[in-house]
Amino acid sequence: MRTVISLILLLVIAVGISLSLAKIPFGVPKTKVGRYYIDKGIKQTGATNIVTSVVVNYRGFDTLGEVTVLFIAATGLGAVFATGKRKERGKVESASLVLTTGCRFLFPFILLLGAYIFIHGHLTPGGGFQGGAIIASAFLLIYLGCRGRRINEQTAKITESLAGLLFVIVGLLGLTAGGYFLMNFLPFGTPNTLFSAGIIPIIYIAIGLKVGSELAGVIDNLMEKS
Amino acid sequence: MNFLNHYIYYIGAFGLIFIGLYIVLAKRNLIKVIIGLSIMDTGVNLFLISLGYIRKGTAPIFSQPGLDPKRMVDPVPQALVLTAIVIGVAVLALALSLAIRLYGHYGTLNLRKIKEQRW
Repeated sequence: MRTVISLILLLVIAVGISLSLAKIPFGVPKTKVGRYYIDKGIKQTGATNIVTSVVVNYRGFDTLGEVTVLFIAATGLGAVFATGKRKERGKVESASLVLTTGCRFLFPFILLLGAYIFIHGHLTPGGGFQGGAIIASAFLLIYLGCRGRRINEQTAKITESLAGLLFVIVGLLGLTAGGYFLMNFLPFGTPNTLFSAGIIPIIYIAIGLKVGSELAGVIDNLMEKS
Repeated sequence: MNFLNHYIYYIGAFGLIFIGLYIVLAKRNLIKVIIGLSIMDTGVNLFLISLGYIRKGTAPIFSQPGLDPKRMVDPVPQALVLTAIVIGVAVLALALSLAIRLYGHYGTLNLRKIKEQRW
């Protein structure tokens, strides 16, 4: 009964959506704002990756809000598990030498890849969010491969707070430099070099550290306290 | 064939959204409902990206000289989806942690049984 009702409901929604979608053409330019960003992006922000210049510069305030949403979700998860005691692991069979050595060998390289991704966010595909997710995956590998090793929760929290603070401080510096919040007040440099695009690499490093430590904290909570 | 060629991305994205919506409406296991929400999230991301696509377009990155700005795809949906993916992961983790707590409290993940029980 429940299945039939939900299928009928889905059918009604599908017909409505397909009627409205049929008027939207596929594969042709639709918005003018995207065209404006592509045309003016390098001159106005100095970043060759236009997606990055949209995320960090044109819509930087929006990104601050999204980072806050991520922070609230991670904090909420910590609050849900706050009363949970750290699980007493009984006799856990230790992993083989090959697995533990392999994990410990790969761990710094994955961290390096994550750092590369978020430092080069204004030049190549990638950025703070992706690099942070890669760093968190390195910690997940350690949790799965080397039983008993875990991150220092305090360090993760301090890193996260400092990175969030850096984002806000860079924004406020733009305000004091005689402009608006998150103004790009540093010199742009030459495009396609590492030291270019003003504050964009700084903010992306902050976002990368913040996302990485937050997701690592989430992994720690889920693996150890659940 | 022409219809499919034009709208295959929309159809795929909304297919995922409807699969997720069906799971949310019809299933009673909380873990399955959370998986359905995650599938819906993926479908919405796919839809946004396909809205910004331009036929035979390139990524909006000026990585080498001689790239034609007119052929670049719309960067705005990509910027939206980039943050939405990470937030989706965090929200999924939060939902799963609540599900773990519910299971510890009620001893079941069946939503109907949870509704019948008293605190």
